[in-house]
Amino acid sequence: MRVLLAGVIAFGAMHPAAALVAPDAKRGEEIYGRCTACHSLSFDRVGPRHCGLFGRRAGSVAGFDYSTAMKNSKITWNDKTLDQFIAKPLAVVPGTSMTYDGVCDARDRSDLIAYLKRVNKSTECRK
Amino acid sequence: MSSFLQIPNPIAARRMFLGQSGLLLSGAAVALLAGKQALAAKTDGGTTNDVQILNTALGAELEAIAAYQLGAESKLLQKPVLDLAVTFQGHHKEHADVLAKTIEKLGGKPVVAKAKYNFPVEQLKSQADVLKFAAKLEQGAVSAYLSAVPLFGNRDLSKAAASILGDEAMHWAVLRQALGEVPVPSAFVS
Repeated sequence: MRVLLAGVIAFGAMHPAAALVAPDAKRGEEIYGRCTACHSLSFDRVGPRHCGLFGRRAGSVAGFDYSTAMKNSKITWNDKTLDQFIAKPLAVVPGTSMTYDGVCDARDRSDLIAYLKRVNKSTECRK
Repeated sequence: MSSFLQIPNPIAARRMFLGQSGLLLSGAAVALLAGKQALAAKTDGGTTNDVQILNTALGAELEAIAAYQLGAESKLLQKPVLDLAVTFQGHHKEHADVLAKTIEKLGGKPVVAKAKYNFPVEQLKSQADVLKFAAKLEQGAVSAYLSAVPLFGNRDLSKAAASILGDEAMHWAVLRQALGEVPVPSAFVS
């Protein structure tokens, strides 16, 4: 059973279609459900807001209590840095308070980032 | 023990269902706290990470407690949904309590509830809106605990987190059911 499960997970992580399929923001919206224990789009919660994310310096939302590690990370959020971070948050920013193992599937990350980009242009993020 | 699925009366079934989930949580709490001495004795580098993981979880639990309080006081929830919300809030209070105590035993400082939380109050206009809001929080909690399980240095904490995960997943399923959605949408959670 363990071997079978490992195989399923490995297939999901390494599926070659991930690199060929165009990012699907609608699917990314569903994946965003994984983030909703701590994050919202337009207001800060356990994690900082996601509106205004692209081009923002990590650790820079005014009034949010970031970890020292995140404040000192010198990351600016874009497609590439987001993809790297959400794949393995603690490996990219050791000491981050985002104690989340990561989104291991490349297609899931791509779709999630597509959703975040789309929603950042929405009225909810333009308020 | 008989299954809540075998009980034709939905209210009685729910009572049994909630009772069983309560037993599960109590088991986790006992297991977590029973290992406190061994946990406290550990001084390796993993303990610092474990405290951070527990504190992030505690922050989310405290927010969930506040969110359910908002729902309970909104006057938008009718019985038996209101009872359900209060019961689930009670579970989150138990989670928060055990997390805070464990953090202290590990030598850490538990985060405390914020004086004020930002919730989308203007978007909550019906019982369904409140249930959807709660369901989103529970779905996120399932994912957060799932993703914390492999990170703990101490496997007893992984086990306790998995137990809380199970409770949150049941909350999510019940809320989906109450919304008329498929209660368990897939074979795996992520």
